[in-house]
Amino acid sequence: MKSTTRDIVISAQQLTKKFGRFTAVDAISFDVYKGEIFGFLGANGAGKTTAMRMLSGLSAATSGRATVAGYDINTQPEQIKKTIGYMSQKFALYDDLKVWENIRLYAGIYGVPEKEIAPRTDRLLEQLGFENERNTMVKSLPLGWKQKLAFSVAIFHEPTVVFLDEPTGGVDPAARRNFWEMIYDAAARGITVFATTHYMDEAEYCDRVSIMVDGKIEALDSPVQLKQTYNARTMDEVFHQLARTSTRKAD
Amino acid sequence: MIKYLIEKEFKQFFRNTFLPKVVVALPFFAVLIFPLVANFDVGHINLSIVDNDKSPYSAQLIQKVASSGYFSITDVSAGYAAALKSIENNTADAILEIPGRMEATLVREGTAKVLISANTVNGMKGGLGSAYLSSIVADFNAHIRSELMQVKSGRAVPALNIVPMYKFNPRLVYKVYMIPAIMIMILAVVGGFLPALNIVSEKESGTIEQMNVTPVSKFQFIVAKLIPYWVAGFVVLTISFLAAWVFYGLLPVGSFVTLYFFTSLFILAISGFGLVISNYAATIQQAIFMIFFFIITFIFMSGLYTPVASMPLWAQQLSIISPLKYIIMVFRLVYLKGSTLPDLAVPFAALSGFAVFFNGWAILSYRKKN
Repeated sequence: MKSTTRDIVISAQQLTKKFGRFTAVDAISFDVYKGEIFGFLGANGAGKTTAMRMLSGLSAATSGRATVAGYDINTQPEQIKKTIGYMSQKFALYDDLKVWENIRLYAGIYGVPEKEIAPRTDRLLEQLGFENERNTMVKSLPLGWKQKLAFSVAIFHEPTVVFLDEPTGGVDPAARRNFWEMIYDAAARGITVFATTHYMDEAEYCDRVSIMVDGKIEALDSPVQLKQTYNARTMDEVFHQLARTSTRKAD
Repeated sequence: MIKYLIEKEFKQFFRNTFLPKVVVALPFFAVLIFPLVANFDVGHINLSIVDNDKSPYSAQLIQKVASSGYFSITDVSAGYAAALKSIENNTADAILEIPGRMEATLVREGTAKVLISANTVNGMKGGLGSAYLSSIVADFNAHIRSELMQVKSGRAVPALNIVPMYKFNPRLVYKVYMIPAIMIMILAVVGGFLPALNIVSEKESGTIEQMNVTPVSKFQFIVAKLIPYWVAGFVVLTISFLAAWVFYGLLPVGSFVTLYFFTSLFILAISGFGLVISNYAATIQQAIFMIFFFIITFIFMSGLYTPVASMPLWAQQLSIISPLKYIIMVFRLVYLKGSTLPDLAVPFAALSGFAVFFNGWAILSYRKKN
């Protein structure tokens, strides 16, 4: 595990989201540090995605406050959007655009200077080993490749934080392992990674992990510490011990 | 950054297997074929004549009917029963029965009766057929009377002769009236409803969510969406103008500049309306159904098929909500009458109002976050 500097990149205090009488996210507080890989775990319906949508400016908080890269989520969501990357389980790439066109589109949107886009696209395709797929429509790429491309596009503009919402759903373990190597590279470059996942082996790869149960953060520590605290051999056991306490129905 | 979005929209537009072809083909087909089939001119009413008189007068009447241009005389039957048969067989639409000794009765008693009966299964044809026939018979009647009175008194009978003159569409050709309106329908689809469906499809695929976490503002996103369809709208309109000219020799009496000017106003209004729909519809299915509902309402309220002035009062009042009404009005006036901007102040104000109203509503109802 690499050492993390103590610069706080994401900070949440009593962050709450209510839908009518239902409290999806119940006063959560935590800090995420620069260059850290932060695992955001929880059963389906525990409120992970809602919390992430608030942090990325997609959803307004009901109460509480949070800052991302120093910007307040309630008052400066547009500033936040310039400094983050976001990749969701629903792929954001355009199926009817070619690989290079997708890269160019998002690079342009995030304000990468036009002159830099082409050489950086070449470099990226080379790193990914996608040189031959430059002109392939995204819809004909295999799922694992799409995920790698979507992640690369999400960090193309070198954001401060990248939010990953179940980025590796539906692919084989080898492809997932491969994907996590890309995440390590990004973190090593100083990009903070905030990821939700359902795979407990992936939780082991994180620097720190939080586990949400019924809208609250029940545990937050490094995987090693968590296993010690809960007297468990694997993260899987930790998760089960905590998830058992849930009273909320999974969706 | 909007440049990249516009680039994307154009790429997607041209890559679509369907849209570019429709933009070219639709105006051609609509302008060429629609006026031919949706034709309310009643020009060929098949008439069966029963002439029981066989006098010079009855021959004159028949000749008058035949030369009116509205009727084709399918048969001259021996009796009413035979004529009715041909109506039942659908070979005739109306019957004109001239009673025996019509001429004699007319000369002696100054009056005679003829029977007109029409098949009103097709109400339009039957109704118009009997109306045309009545007016021909009335005309004939007036002619005969003046002739007879002249013979008796030996001098001309003074009479008012009313000659109607139809301005702007002298032959009352239905196509000339329909084509400008058809152009508007195509424009409404291409400029208003296609972009709405495009936005909803991004909602369905989830890509709009990704756009919402980028620094792209909603204004940039929407403008980039609309631009290709605005361009397509003008292409469609230009093709329609050409098709109307090539196929029907129809050129506007007024200026193209006026037409293009009002078109831009209309596209702005209708695309705003499309955006409102896209904000409320979560799926393509919902959007299509909403569009279907409104387009039907707008078209029937617009005076496209039936003049607004002939609607019941409540419907006339309701018709002010149809933006199509005003632009169709403009197109017909410019095409047929050559109206210029000062004559079109009312539709100008109405369309500007619609543009502000719909686009304002679209902006207020669009949410980047929830």
